[in-house]
Amino acid sequence: MDHKRIVELEGKCTRDQPAACSAACPVHVDVRAMLAAIKAGRFTEAFNIYSKSVPFPRIIGSICDHPCQKACKRGEAGDALAIARLERACVQVVPATEAKVTAPSRKEQRVAVVGAGLSGLTAAHDLAKKGYPVTLFETGSSLGGRLKEFRAEELPPQMVSDDLAVLAKLGVVLQLHTTVGRDISFAALCQDYDAVYLGTGTVTPEFKLPLDQQGQLMIDPITFATAQEGVFAGGTLGRGGSYSPIGSVADGRRAAISIDRFLQGVSLTAVRANEGPFETRLFTSTQGVTSLPAVPLGHNSDFYNEEEASQEASRCLQCECLECIKSCEYLAHFKGYPKQYIRQINHNLKMVMGRREANTLINSCSLCGLCEAVCPEGLNLGEFCQEARGEMVKKGKMPPSAHDFPLRDMAFSNGEQCVLTRHQPGYQTSSYLFFPGCQLSACAPGHVEKVYDYLMKQLNGGVGLMLRCCGAPAEWSGRQELFEAELKKMKDQWEELGKPKVILACSTCHQMFKKYLPEMELISLWQLYHQYGLPQVSQAQRPALVAVHDACTSRREGQMHGQVREIILKLGCQIEELPTSRDKTECCGYGGLMQFANRDLADAVIKRRIDESEADYLVYCAICRDNFAAKGKKTYHLLDLIYGEGDPLAPAKRGPGYSQRRENRVRLKNKLIKNRWGDKMTEERDSYEKIKLIIPEDIQELMENRLILVEDVQRVIDYAERTGNKMLDGHTGHYLARFRPVSVTYWVEYLPQGDGFMIYNTYSHRMEIIEEVKE
Amino acid sequence: MSQQIQCLKCNVEMKLGPVEATYLNSKFPVQLLKCPKCGLVYIPEELARGKMLEVEKALEDK
Repeated sequence: MDHKRIVELEGKCTRDQPAACSAACPVHVDVRAMLAAIKAGRFTEAFNIYSKSVPFPRIIGSICDHPCQKACKRGEAGDALAIARLERACVQVVPATEAKVTAPSRKEQRVAVVGAGLSGLTAAHDLAKKGYPVTLFETGSSLGGRLKEFRAEELPPQMVSDDLAVLAKLGVVLQLHTTVGRDISFAALCQDYDAVYLGTGTVTPEFKLPLDQQGQLMIDPITFATAQEGVFAGGTLGRGGSYSPIGSVADGRRAAISIDRFLQGVSLTAVRANEGPFETRLFTSTQGVTSLPAVPLGHNSDFYNEEEASQEASRCLQCECLECIKSCEYLAHFKGYPKQYIRQINHNLKMVMGRREANTLINSCSLCGLCEAVCPEGLNLGEFCQEARGEMVKKGKMPPSAHDFPLRDMAFSNGEQCVLTRHQPGYQTSSYLFFPGCQLSACAPGHVEKVYDYLMKQLNGGVGLMLRCCGAPAEWSGRQELFEAELKKMKDQWEELGKPKVILACSTCHQMFKKYLPEMELISLWQLYHQYGLPQVSQAQRPALVAVHDACTSRREGQMHGQVREIILKLGCQIEELPTSRDKTECCGYGGLMQFANRDLADAVIKRRIDESEADYLVYCAICRDNFAAKGKKTYHLLDLIYGEGDPLAPAKRGPGYSQRRENRVRLKNKLIKNRWGDKMTEERDSYEKIKLIIPEDIQELMENRLILVEDVQRVIDYAERTGNKMLDGHTGHYLARFRPVSVTYWVEYLPQGDGFMIYNTYSHRMEIIEEVKE
Repeated sequence: MSQQIQCLKCNVEMKLGPVEATYLNSKFPVQLLKCPKCGLVYIPEELARGKMLEVEKALEDK
């Protein structure tokens, strides 16, 4: 997969972005982590986190002008966090210790720092730490510049000297009472030193440095370089006189980075994004966050005690973007977030040898697009998963077990026994074509008949019928070639029918056709009911209230959502809206074939959705209905309501099992041909299909879970009884036999009973045993 | 009646013997119950849904 595309996708997930407070901080203190430590009462840890970003933590912790607080998201729900006070609390609680200095490897080039204000001190500190011999020139008799303007209660002088002691340890040479331009010429300084940093607050004309139109020293805002090579400047000098302690620290630090780069002869400008304050892209929702005021200062008017600090820090929202994780069971299930997932998937695709650990991650996504709908940056992980599936299939690296069953089901739906494409009986042309979809035909074949009759009655010009699968399982599973072949068949037949308008009852078919057959004019069945009126039904049974679950493949069909609701209201039912619906609706666990690739996850998805309301659900996708009903949720299909078959008192009715669904499709075709077109059907059945099975309910359930069809069991018995290749389990007295039609070996434990066979157990495996059976 | 697995075609008790299992271009020898006469092999449910499934998954992810 294209590297640029990966980077672009990863970039959309802002989960790794710093919190707003850290981004606003000129030196990017990890405020979140610091506050988490304070909340837990771990003040030393908090102070260490602070010291990591701040060179003189006791000084800055006491006087910081805290631009972070303005950016704090908590401000949207109460007061912003009192971050400066919390820093101060750390300074108060944690006893001063001597700074530990690790001796750097000494470098040859010498640096002069002019001015011992905060920017100069920081530049000297950072450069000395990198091993440069640094000389610090200061006009006055002490270090700190404007620090002495603070009251002693605010900033005790002892604290200043404690913090600045580190400079001597780093070997910074101090030249106090030395004014550059008077005691030593600027030109001489530039001659004697390999680089110069000016943190003087003001600049004298003697320096002969180019000024801008306002008479300010010209300083590059990124590199802090002046127009003279090797001379850098910052601090108040660069801010037109306004004083910001943390701003000065940041200037000194950034200038030190430039000086280091300058002396090493590397680019001054490369990779310098996000130095200094910036606006983060991290999204943090404050929706539903209870508003809380800042903790007031208690015992002491100057700083929080430990308890107050912990209490205040506990108001921190620990900003992070969880929008997609909160909304999607799948994304939460793998315990990471999209950016990580994209990396894992990309790694999986690029892997040559070893275990492809992200296969399940790739194949478990429902491709429902909810992540895109809730992501502030519109990241659609499903699209990426689907691309990944396509690539896996192309490379022959798609696990065969993941999608085998639904693809075989699709092949069955599009086999001769199920497909049908005809003009309306008595017509030679079609103005419309009804495409009910393979799932409605399987779950509720009776509804397909009723709807077709309705359409033929309402619409002029002939309503043709096409029974088949739209190919979604092929698309979902990354089988692009197979999918295109299916599309071509449908397109050819549609053209043969005279390009009629296509009426769709399934939102997945709707989504597929809209995307891949844009030349088709599509009409949703719900639009027609809405337009032509609902059929008259006598003795209709309908619930008084339903909660509407929109199909995930209808996410972008706002009109459809409205039409469905209007139909429900017209039928006399009240509507309850689920917490998420319409463009934010959730998948029922079937989308993207999740249910086949990761059964447990699909079960969790279904459970989450059906637990969202006590009310009975109303859906307009056959699979949504059956998936919810299978887990005991009373769920109606919209057609149940339209045709008055929604008995609110009856318990949740499970849909037909996989075998019955196949049977239903075949019967629907035969019945329609016989009853609507009056043609004779000769049902050709294979010999094994005549085998009568007695399957107890628990075994039926087991077969559903193990994806074993009645047909599979019949074929095993047919083979065993024909060839005599069977075993006897002496312990149970049951016969054991196996048969491998193509890629799966099915085992059946059975005994003859009457004119049929009693089934005791059945299981399967994909691994093949090389037998040398003498048949 | 014997408590063992019998091959009904040959009417003999199945015995542990070497067979070859294969999946996704990987082959490995295993000891399984097989008919000494006709070679029919028995895979018990625990094996099919346990170790065998595990190996299948591992090979699919390789």
